[in-house]
Amino acid sequence: MANEGSILTAADLVGNGPHGDDPDMHGKFGLFGGRFVPEALIPALDEVAAVYEKAKNDAEFLREFDHLLRTYAGRPTTLTDVPRFGEQAGGARLVLKREDLTHTGAHKINNVLGQALITKRLGKKRVIAETGAGQHGVATATAAALLGLECVIYMGAVDCERQALNVARMKLLGATVVPVTNGSQTLKDAINEAFRDWVTNVDTTHYLFGTVAGPHPFPEMVRDFARIIGVEARRQMLELTGRLPDAVCAAVGGGSNAIGAFHAFIGDEGVQLHGYEAAGRGLHSGEHALTLTAGSVGVLHGARTYVLQDDEGQTIESHSISAGLDYPGVGPEHAWLKDSGRATYHGITDDEAMAAFSLLARTEGIIPAIESSHALAGALKLGRELGPEATILVNLSGRGDKDMGTAMKYFNL
Amino acid sequence: MTTLQTVFAKAKADNRAALVGYLPAGFPSKDGAIAAAAALVEAGCDVIEIGLPYSDPLLDGPTIQDAVHRALSNGTRIADVMRTVEGVAATGAATLVMTYWNPIDRYGAERFARDLANAGGVGTITPDLTPEESEPWRAASAAAGIDTVFLVAPSSTEQRIKAVVDCCTGFVYAASLMGVTGARETVNTAAEGLVARTRAHTDLPVCLGLGVGTGAQAAEVAAYADGVIVGSAFIRRLLDAPDEAAGRESAAALARDMAKGVRR
Ligand SMILES: Cc1ncc(COP(=O)(O)O)c(C=O)c1O
Repeated sequence: MANEGSILTAADLVGNGPHGDDPDMHGKFGLFGGRFVPEALIPALDEVAAVYEKAKNDAEFLREFDHLLRTYAGRPTTLTDVPRFGEQAGGARLVLKREDLTHTGAHKINNVLGQALITKRLGKKRVIAETGAGQHGVATATAAALLGLECVIYMGAVDCERQALNVARMKLLGATVVPVTNGSQTLKDAINEAFRDWVTNVDTTHYLFGTVAGPHPFPEMVRDFARIIGVEARRQMLELTGRLPDAVCAAVGGGSNAIGAFHAFIGDEGVQLHGYEAAGRGLHSGEHALTLTAGSVGVLHGARTYVLQDDEGQTIESHSISAGLDYPGVGPEHAWLKDSGRATYHGITDDEAMAAFSLLARTEGIIPAIESSHALAGALKLGRELGPEATILVNLSGRGDKDMGTAMKYFNL
Repeated sequence: MTTLQTVFAKAKADNRAALVGYLPAGFPSKDGAIAAAAALVEAGCDVIEIGLPYSDPLLDGPTIQDAVHRALSNGTRIADVMRTVEGVAATGAATLVMTYWNPIDRYGAERFARDLANAGGVGTITPDLTPEESEPWRAASAAAGIDTVFLVAPSSTEQRIKAVVDCCTGFVYAASLMGVTGARETVNTAAEGLVARTRAHTDLPVCLGLGVGTGAQAAEVAAYADGVIVGSAFIRRLLDAPDEAAGRESAAALARDMAKGVRR
């Protein structure tokens, strides 16, 4: 049973790589990815890459990771059919992958536990992380408490306010939370500040990066640690429905939950992959986070990818009601999946997301994270397009407890 | 136009290190930046790096972040950077642009190199462009006849130092410490070792930057490096002054002190 044999094999972690979907030696997914960082950080990135390369083929590492995922994070997470919610999706069958049920309440814990083990192998005693919604910060603070690591979390001051509950959680877990007051005071600036800390303290510190963006090897390593979402869901869908889903839907901020859900399906040609970015107040309002849908190719936070930028390469501030999607960059593998046509990306406005948020609560008794609500809203539209015969897997990346402040304001609760 | 080669040959003949000053374009104002840089040249800077203000300066400490933020709030654009270069080059200093990679990438490498050369600029320093990604920029720069300066750091292995210096022309920028820009109480003791390690791989001049803030520190660094790079300390003077003229005078006074330092 689940508690005896390993649920995780090396192939689960990294895939079998038959689809040419691994980056080259410089961390390039086609044109995208790479390393655009100060030379000072290159040795640290090389070290992380080398330690990860060794770990992913090491049975002991896989056993430890597997053990934490099962006994600490609560994997495997279940699938849930949501027929009452699905009535609004043209009768298509919607099935949720319940990452909201993991310990700490979002998919972020998968990557964090993997990298926490890497931190131990690096021999480092301190971790730093950026956080937007606070979910990655909470997960990192949690793993740091578990493994006895010092933990500093950088969080935009605006995000500290809208995700105040998560700030309190991080503090309770023993982390230091540093509010970042420069720039847009959101995720992008928190990442800048975390990089500044890392370049200063790299001898003692691992930067536990929270999504599939950033310089090589983060996009690949974080993807591999999030990959378990799709690996499990693919098996579970076959068990539940006897076939693969027609489509997989996920929200896209930096892209970790989406790549985690997509990756195991990339080789399944019949399975459509749909990513949903935050359209905020709408494309034409200029207040959105439509990096893939409306951005252009550039370099941000160490990688070549799609970026919201002006005609001279200055980053344009993003907007989303959900802190976790409020980011003007995106992971390079998504840029590559977009350009290759394998995945399709769309925008969901604040209002559409909040409608789906409320609908799922009322029809199914599940309060989703606002980030995940973008995928839910997308699945409602997609279901109407694909029709009642379709089965759609939606990655419910997190739970909405952290979003009560925003919901109270939005719905006048 | 004064080239880097001329500057370093002359400094060497004088048996001293060159003094390199950094200021972002558009700070404290578009014209004020040109005037401040000219004052630094007058006070003894041999080389000026004009910073291209960028929204996400992840290698910069609070002082430069503050200045860059003001420059962007002033509406500073690449045309202003080029105009600043033109104004500063006219003073006779060798003038470079220091920039993160994305603005060049977006503007177009060939176009940027050509426009910079036309403005009288002699090269660029690109702190987040690694050797692996540098080929297109080196080709564009070579075609336009400008130099490409990249950074080595205390953490750099011998292999990395070799890879970086092989991409450099003009000089090599050695970062004195692991960290962001900003003046420090003392210059990192590992810096001298890094300069020595870098020299083992190149005959190019090696300049040291990050954390240099006083004449005494400049003198200390000048004992082992071919150039001393100072940014945040000048900017701090400009930030703290009641008006632009006072800031200019205060920064120039520091530059005079540093110019003495590199001649000690
Ligand atoms: C629940 C949840 N979903 C999605 C995201 C977006 O991140 P990513 O695109 O990396 O999955 C976040 C980020 O904080 C999150 O907390």
